[in-house]
Amino acid sequence: MALYSDKVMDHFRNPRNVGVISDADGVGEVGNAKCGDIMKIYLKIEDGVIVDVKFETFGCGSAIASSSMATELIKGKPVADALALTNKAVAEALDGLPAYKMHCSVLAEEAIKKALLDYYTKNDIPYDATVFADLDDCCHDD
Amino acid sequence: MIYLDNAATTKTSDVAIRAMLPYLSQVYGNPSSLHSAGQRAAEALEEARARVGACIGAAPGEIYFVSGGSEADNQAVLTAAALGRRKGKKHIVSTAIEHHAVLHALQKLQKEGFDVTLVGVGADGVIRAEDVERAIRPDTVLVSVMAANNEIGTLQPIGDVGRICRERGILFHTDAVQAAGHIPLDVRAQNIDMLSISAHKFGGPKGAGVLYARKGVPLYTLIEGGAQERGKRAGTQNVAAIMGMAAALEEACSTMQATAIRVAALRDRLIEGILAIPHSALNGDAHRRLPGNANFCFEGIEGESLLLLLDDKGIAASSGSACTSGSLDPSHVLLAIGRVHDVAHGSLRLTLSNETTAADVDYTVAAVREVVAYLRNMSPIWRDLQEGKRQFIL
Ligand SMILES: Cc1ncc(COP(=O)(O)O)c(C=O)c1O
Ligand SMILES: [Zn+2]
Repeated sequence: MALYSDKVMDHFRNPRNVGVISDADGVGEVGNAKCGDIMKIYLKIEDGVIVDVKFETFGCGSAIASSSMATELIKGKPVADALALTNKAVAEALDGLPAYKMHCSVLAEEAIKKALLDYYTKNDIPYDATVFADLDDCCHDD
Repeated sequence: MIYLDNAATTKTSDVAIRAMLPYLSQVYGNPSSLHSAGQRAAEALEEARARVGACIGAAPGEIYFVSGGSEADNQAVLTAAALGRRKGKKHIVSTAIEHHAVLHALQKLQKEGFDVTLVGVGADGVIRAEDVERAIRPDTVLVSVMAANNEIGTLQPIGDVGRICRERGILFHTDAVQAAGHIPLDVRAQNIDMLSISAHKFGGPKGAGVLYARKGVPLYTLIEGGAQERGKRAGTQNVAAIMGMAAALEEACSTMQATAIRVAALRDRLIEGILAIPHSALNGDAHRRLPGNANFCFEGIEGESLLLLLDDKGIAASSGSACTSGSLDPSHVLLAIGRVHDVAHGSLRLTLSNETTAADVDYTVAAVREVVAYLRNMSPIWRDLQEGKRQFIL
């Protein structure tokens, strides 16, 4: 379908890092079933590096592709890099998303942030609260 | 490809294509022209008008050729609005499950001071004529109830609604875009004042349609600029498309009964196969529905990804999920029959044609089963359902 780039379709058809990490150091879930997309990210973190990441997604093609790409972008990277990942970077790595699908890439960014927040909280690591200021559940108007 | 999106549009039938070709290559005159080249086209147009009218029990003079279902719906609604303004009547009754061509036209009228009552449906997706009757007020100028729903295929009691309206002298319009050529329609017996048809839903070409308006209904002119269609619709007629539409409609109506029996049997086979998938449900009444329509919800998955993966397996289908429409809300029809957002996002519409085979149905059932299981396996909602952290709805 021409709606999506080849990259999006590749990540949608062969999503990387699908699954769960049972002993995850951080878990983040965003979105809700009401708006049609839910993303859940599991992180395994060692010495400030994301050594493993898995995702589960209920959502459209771009939601699944965004989750897949986002996990690839942060796997093996320092936590600081993951924290700095933007939805724009995810969308760009996918060779773009249709404008009305951008919210799906926002969910990927937010799911990672939420998982990191969980990691910081669990481990009593101090963090800059403003980074997590508007982690919201759903339905970004765009 | 297994094409199961016939409610979106149909393949142009051979009969329609053959009927169109001469009007592209040979009889290309403008039907409004005085010369014989134009007059030949005009004669063809009048012949098509009579043939289309005969399919729905209307006189040729009651048939107006338009660009399709959306235009017909808009013109019908605006006709009632114009009449209402003249008579000081500002109330319109319609239903919560109409096509957007009707609903959005009504929304526009609401901004202009009209009062609109949308009658709801039960879980079966069928309007109750009594509810329509109850919604009627002394200042009601129009009742618009579709003949068959485009998403869930449910058949509406338009004969009963027609009778109620005629008794009260209220205009009755029906959007018969999904019904024409598929189920019997008779504008006299069903007391229909205006009726919308779109050619591409029964094997005709895209971009052609009909607005039937009973003799005496003062049609509002939506498109100004010429005397075509008795001054009610300006613009040179798409003669070839109209000829194709007439041929397709005649063919569909003459084979309707046999087709309906065959297609409904396949539909039921499809429904039975798919409902064997755990936590799935049929949308709309199992029997009061178009012969070719099946519409499902699956818990724990989202419709667009389902469609994309089915497309990879060579199956063309459709969904009422928000992510396929570009809006954040799932189908208004699924919400109207009481599906909550969570499951309305996971809907699948499969609409069959006379060309669908039993092998197509069996392949589709297997493909849907596989894709649903695959998507559930990566769905956090499905995991929560499995682990008892969330309650099953279906
Ligand atoms: C019930 C109904 N009304 C109106 C329309 C619009 O028809 P068209 O595509 O010819 O404008 C459709 C087609 O999707 C339909 O299904
Ligand atoms: Zn989405």
